[in-house]
Amino acid sequence: MEGLTLSDAEQKYYSDLFSYCDIESTKKVVVNGRVLELFRAAQLPNDVVLQIMELCGATRLGYFGRSQFYIALKLVAVAQSGFPLRVESINTVKDLPLPRFVASKNEQESRHAASYSSDSENQGSYSGVIPPPPGRGQVKKGSVSHDTVQPRTSADAQEPASPVVSPQQSPPTSPHTWRKHSRHPSGGNSERPLAGPGPFWSPFGEAQSGSSAGDAVWSGHSPPPPQENWVSFADTPPTSTLLTMHPASVQDQTTVRTVASATTAIEIRRQSSSYDDPWKITDEQRQYYVNQFKTIQPDLNGFIPGSAAKEFFTKSKLPILELSHIWELSDFDKDGALTLDEFCAAFHLVVARKNGYDLPEKLPESLMPKLIDLEDSADVGDQPGEVGYSGSPAEAPPSKSPSMPSLNQTWPELNQSSEDTAIVHPVPIRMTPSKIHMQEMELKRTGSDHTNPTSPLLVKPSDLLEENKINSSVKFASGNTVADGYSSSDSFTSDPEQIGSNVTRQRSHSGTSPDNTAPPPPPPRPQPSHSRSSSLDMNRTFTVTTGQQQAGVVAHPPAVPPRPQPSQAPGPAVHRPVDADGLITHTSTSPQQIPEQPNFADFSQFEVFAASNVNDEQDDEAEKHPEVLPAEKASDPASSLRVAKTDSKTEEKTAASAPANVSKGTTPLAPPPKPVRRRLKSEDELRPEVDEHTQKTGVLAAVLASQPSIPRSVGKDKKAIQASIRRNKETNTVLARLNSELQQQLKDVLEERISLEVQLEQLRPFSHL
Amino acid sequence: MAVCIAVIAKENYPLYIRSTPTENELKFHYMVHTSLDVVDEKISAMGKALVDQRELYLGLLYPTEDYKLCRYGYVTNSKVKFVMVVDSSNTALRDNEIRSMFRKLHNSYTDVMCNPFYNPGDRIQSRAFDNMVTSMMIQVC
Repeated sequence: MEGLTLSDAEQKYYSDLFSYCDIESTKKVVVNGRVLELFRAAQLPNDVVLQIMELCGATRLGYFGRSQFYIALKLVAVAQSGFPLRVESINTVKDLPLPRFVASKNEQESRHAASYSSDSENQGSYSGVIPPPPGRGQVKKGSVSHDTVQPRTSADAQEPASPVVSPQQSPPTSPHTWRKHSRHPSGGNSERPLAGPGPFWSPFGEAQSGSSAGDAVWSGHSPPPPQENWVSFADTPPTSTLLTMHPASVQDQTTVRTVASATTAIEIRRQSSSYDDPWKITDEQRQYYVNQFKTIQPDLNGFIPGSAAKEFFTKSKLPILELSHIWELSDFDKDGALTLDEFCAAFHLVVARKNGYDLPEKLPESLMPKLIDLEDSADVGDQPGEVGYSGSPAEAPPSKSPSMPSLNQTWPELNQSSEDTAIVHPVPIRMTPSKIHMQEMELKRTGSDHTNPTSPLLVKPSDLLEENKINSSVKFASGNTVADGYSSSDSFTSDPEQIGSNVTRQRSHSGTSPDNTAPPPPPPRPQPSHSRSSSLDMNRTFTVTTGQQQAGVVAHPPAVPPRPQPSQAPGPAVHRPVDADGLITHTSTSPQQIPEQPNFADFSQFEVFAASNVNDEQDDEAEKHPEVLPAEKASDPASSLRVAKTDSKTEEKTAASAPANVSKGTTPLAPPPKPVRRRLKSEDELRPEVDEHTQKTGVLAAVLASQPSIPRSVGKDKKAIQASIRRNKETNTVLARLNSELQQQLKDVLEERISLEVQLEQLRPFSHL
Repeated sequence: MAVCIAVIAKENYPLYIRSTPTENELKFHYMVHTSLDVVDEKISAMGKALVDQRELYLGLLYPTEDYKLCRYGYVTNSKVKFVMVVDSSNTALRDNEIRSMFRKLHNSYTDVMCNPFYNPGDRIQSRAFDNMVTSMMIQVC
């Protein structure tokens, strides 16, 4: 069987005929009985029919598949045109009129007869929506006027397929047909409010017998429609071809015309308005759909569940496949339920399909459900546009994209709301250096990016509030659009500010406590959502590592004590440079700073101690001074202070010490000190501290200078040793405490790390999505 | 390029199978059938409550002379399997692309399920599904 090429009109017509014959809704095989009836209706001699069947291959196959059916129809047309039946003639005969089938059923004849009687009741059945399936394809009323058939059929062939193809009717173009349908709902609504979905199918059947149905499809409502369409044809340009038929049809349909004239005017108007959009739902139709919706679901804003809708639409006797397709088109949000708009769209599509229109691949724009729930009142159905859906409305079965816009819309709202709450959230002001703050923010950022995007928001504002609130909030808002990026951007931008401010604070903080008798400064005040990395040690270490400036700042406190002694003689000033050198050179090591401060505590003891020995131990102190100097920078201020104090007490001592110191400073490297000195020195040097050469030279010089006083200083040395031992012990305790605190911090950090790793593991499966 | 896409029901009968017409379809059907065994194996291997949503089976099972056919599997929570035969000659499809294709398939399948006129266990005749599959089979070319 060679391929069959059909024109559009033929295609439509044949498909409708096929559907008509396809009473089993298989879409594949046509029942032989129906086909035979159809062929008989073609008024062809039996042998011709047999020949056709043989040619199309049905006899071979035993059934009428779609292709066979189409070929058969074409052959019927060929035969009716008088051409010899050949297989080749299928494609070779051009401009073949559509095959004509004479209605053979009594029902149809009566229908034809009644078609000219104005029968408004016909419309009552079901708003013209559902023509009886048997009615479809019936069409040609051969009995009416054969002579008019010819010109009509030619027009038929030219018209877009109307399955109707009633000889009387010039097959309307799609808008025209819609016109017809649109009228029916009005009639239906007014005449016969349907109790429910069930009844309306049957009343239609009743209407069948008495109704017009000049054309099968619109059967039941046809009398006026044909007229109106005909009339309207005159108005619309595309139907110019039909104009020629007007005279022919006029004579046949005078009676009908009288009936139709009343509504003609309305029809014309409506037709012209909806001509552009065959899928537009008119008011009456919409009203009818809404009524139907109410019968299933009284609440107009509610949903019709899928099962109820299925039941409803199954009664339309459309094949399940088509109903399934209609559902796909109309269920816009793919939720398995129909809103009012979706229901109307589905209903409209069912109507269309019933009337022979092929279902579109995509939902027409006028059928798109509107986001804004409009009232039933008039213009709803006529609004072609969709409102609000940012997703492309063009896709009939919208994928999950419609849900995406909603997600995107809610996302910034969420951020804004959290921002507002975050700003409202009270926050204590931090007094701590910013480095820890940065660390904490980093921890939070990495830890909560995928868990709770809002928590960093809350955390950050708490930190930011103390700083430039405006800046942070601005960055906050700008970063909101990006779910993951905002936190990092915020932290980065705000941290330098915090660092700066914290540094200044720190400086001031340090400046205000020159005589810090307490142990190392208290840990930074913990934040509500603070991590535990807030001990003073971290503070110290990080502040030191951040920059020399901070280190210098921190280093200042130890150096301060010497300074607030402006009354001191130049003696201390002499020491001071040395002290400063020692201090400066040793600022890099943070632990030293801490023990430096405790030495402030020791300072008082040392002063007492020094005072007790002041008279006798000027030189010793002076010696110890340089000895202690290299060993313990922390003791430098103490010693210098001591020296200062001693100096204050006896200027001579200072004078003595000064030259001694000067001599120390000036004398070059001397021979190794005496054993005592060495012992002292070794004790001091045992301390794990960095020594400078200058310090050593100083020590040596001091030792040298003190050599003559060795025997005298032995006793003093013991005390010095004891003092130094005490100092060392204190330093030990301080260091031990520092160590324990660091250990604790380490444990905390490890715990946090473990928790973060657990979180990561928990979230890892989601990374697959 | 997805050469063949098949949706297999829980009971291992096909709900939907489509392949590019250029090739001998029967061969693809057979390949899908054999891959079902592998899929079942993987499912049973999991065992635990953790249901692996996505199973990626890269099988150079059938390297013909000019191209390698890689078959990928995907199992939903309801034991519906998607099998895709991919021709990896021209473009080495990355894992992500395969996953996105399966995700699209899954979404379309869900849409089909939502249709009340579709009885689970019927062959999938949804035009939307067809369109999506066609787009997938064409796009990757």
